[in-house]
Amino acid sequence: MIATREQLGPRGAVGGGRRLGRSGYLVGALCIAICAVMFAPLAMSVLASLKPTAEAAASPPTYLPHEISLDSYARLWSYQEGLPAYLFNSAGTALLAIVLTLVLTVPAGYGLARFPIPGKELIFVVLLLALIVPYQALLTPMFLMFAKMGLTNRLLGLAILHTAIQLPFSLYIMRNSFSAVPVELEEAAVVDGASSWQILRTIYIPSGVPAIVTVALFAFITSWNEFLGALVMMSKGSSFTLPLVLAAARTETSLGGTDWGMLQAGVTISIIPCVLVYLLLQRYYVSGLMSGAVK
Amino acid sequence: MIRRSRGRLIGLAYLAPALLFVLVFTVYPLCQMFWMSLNNWSLIAPPRFVGLGNYRRALDDHQFWVSFVFTLKYTALITPPLIVGGYLLALLTSRNSPLRRFTRTVVFIPVVIGLGVSSLLWYWLFSTDFGLINHALMDLGVISSPVLWLGVDADRSNLAIIVSIVWKVIGFGMILFVGAIQAVPTEVNEAAMVDGATYWQRVVQIILPLTLRTVLLVTLVSAIGSLLAFDQFYIMTAGQPHNETATSVFYVYLNSFPYLKLGYGAALSMVLAATILVFTVVQLLLTRWMHE
Repeated sequence: MIATREQLGPRGAVGGGRRLGRSGYLVGALCIAICAVMFAPLAMSVLASLKPTAEAAASPPTYLPHEISLDSYARLWSYQEGLPAYLFNSAGTALLAIVLTLVLTVPAGYGLARFPIPGKELIFVVLLLALIVPYQALLTPMFLMFAKMGLTNRLLGLAILHTAIQLPFSLYIMRNSFSAVPVELEEAAVVDGASSWQILRTIYIPSGVPAIVTVALFAFITSWNEFLGALVMMSKGSSFTLPLVLAAARTETSLGGTDWGMLQAGVTISIIPCVLVYLLLQRYYVSGLMSGAVK
Repeated sequence: MIRRSRGRLIGLAYLAPALLFVLVFTVYPLCQMFWMSLNNWSLIAPPRFVGLGNYRRALDDHQFWVSFVFTLKYTALITPPLIVGGYLLALLTSRNSPLRRFTRTVVFIPVVIGLGVSSLLWYWLFSTDFGLINHALMDLGVISSPVLWLGVDADRSNLAIIVSIVWKVIGFGMILFVGAIQAVPTEVNEAAMVDGATYWQRVVQIILPLTLRTVLLVTLVSAIGSLLAFDQFYIMTAGQPHNETATSVFYVYLNSFPYLKLGYGAALSMVLAATILVFTVVQLLLTRWMHE
């Protein structure tokens, strides 16, 4: 096999080169066309958010703003409870969800990766259950439970729900990451008389940073974007997250009809953190997706 | 021996908080849901045991079937473009050149934004009088008067929503397919090239068979996602016309929350969870097969 490759390799490479030359321009043109199509809706939304009030409400609509204005953002800023309140709710929930997810899954991943656990099979069944049952199907009993515990309309309640969604995936990522840490590193520390907690802090957490970033990233994206759970748990206007208030605003606004400019300003603001975080941490996102989907 | 038994307790101690969390916030609600589904349960009156009454009621409930069939139809229609499209995009961009990497990044951006937010974006694009899609189609001469895309005709609403969701999630399959295609050994590909195989022959005879497991897996993950569709329909059609575009999750939501028929909502949730379970079991078996 290797011999064959070495003998025929150069001819194969020449063939490949020729093919590349013929189709190179086509591939390039296709890539650019695809980028344009995929990018257009986002660009149109941002441009629509920058139209002055009258132009944003015009029918038929204009493609590009005739002049740039921040009117739509000003209206969104003071819409009902005000944009800062909704940003606070969304960011606060996401932050709580990240903290909860990490506090639960970092030690649990360590426990699963490095210790013999009594009843491990049963525990796996329980965790698998959490993986299999879609949270959309659990909202009815969860709502009842949260109502009794006083967790509806509370950021902590929604963060708990978002943590429950993310937990199986996050635990899986943390356990795999800790399992890959060489045991020799730990043995040296054990000889020095370090406790398991010290070993977790000084050896496992530093080597698990990529997994921790992945888990935090997915917790953020899930929580920031999640809609149905928030719709069920947050009924008071003052506790709405960003997607909720925008969904409500699509039908009821100060202008009488739908305030399209303000709506797209809200879409733009909601999208920015996701895109930024993705572009900065693309590597973690893709690796998390690969191991998560092939769980 | 002492050390070993201590180790077992230590491991359990580290695992305990997460385990407790899953027991309280997933396992308990699941049991509670089963119990609720056997009762007439509202927030006002005390629960009344009705056995399998809620399940029997679902069988006779016209809207339950409308939602169930519509959800299956939506899933059947959206899965092929997502998988075929995602695979073609992966073939196009799987080799690493700056332009291809850039294309992958751009195609993937909609995946990371919220489904609710992207639905609001397309709700505007598809708006009859204010949306750019009707405006562009009229400028191009494809249509002569604005089309009522959303909430008037179930099939037309479905088409518009499918367009928006393909845009939103096609990058998900693409990224996973790129990973699988890049893992195809170069020697195999080169050997076929030497034998004079054309590009498409190599795709069909080598690349596709070697990435088939990933294709099946992504198909299942994607189908499960579509069966659980809610946000896009809630925002873009609100289930209209006449709840014809209310998906299964939407109907659970309607019964449990606006109508507060929690027992019936729980029974519908059980049916939904059972449907998803079938797909997930296949997915897990497939994953195990992949790792062999």
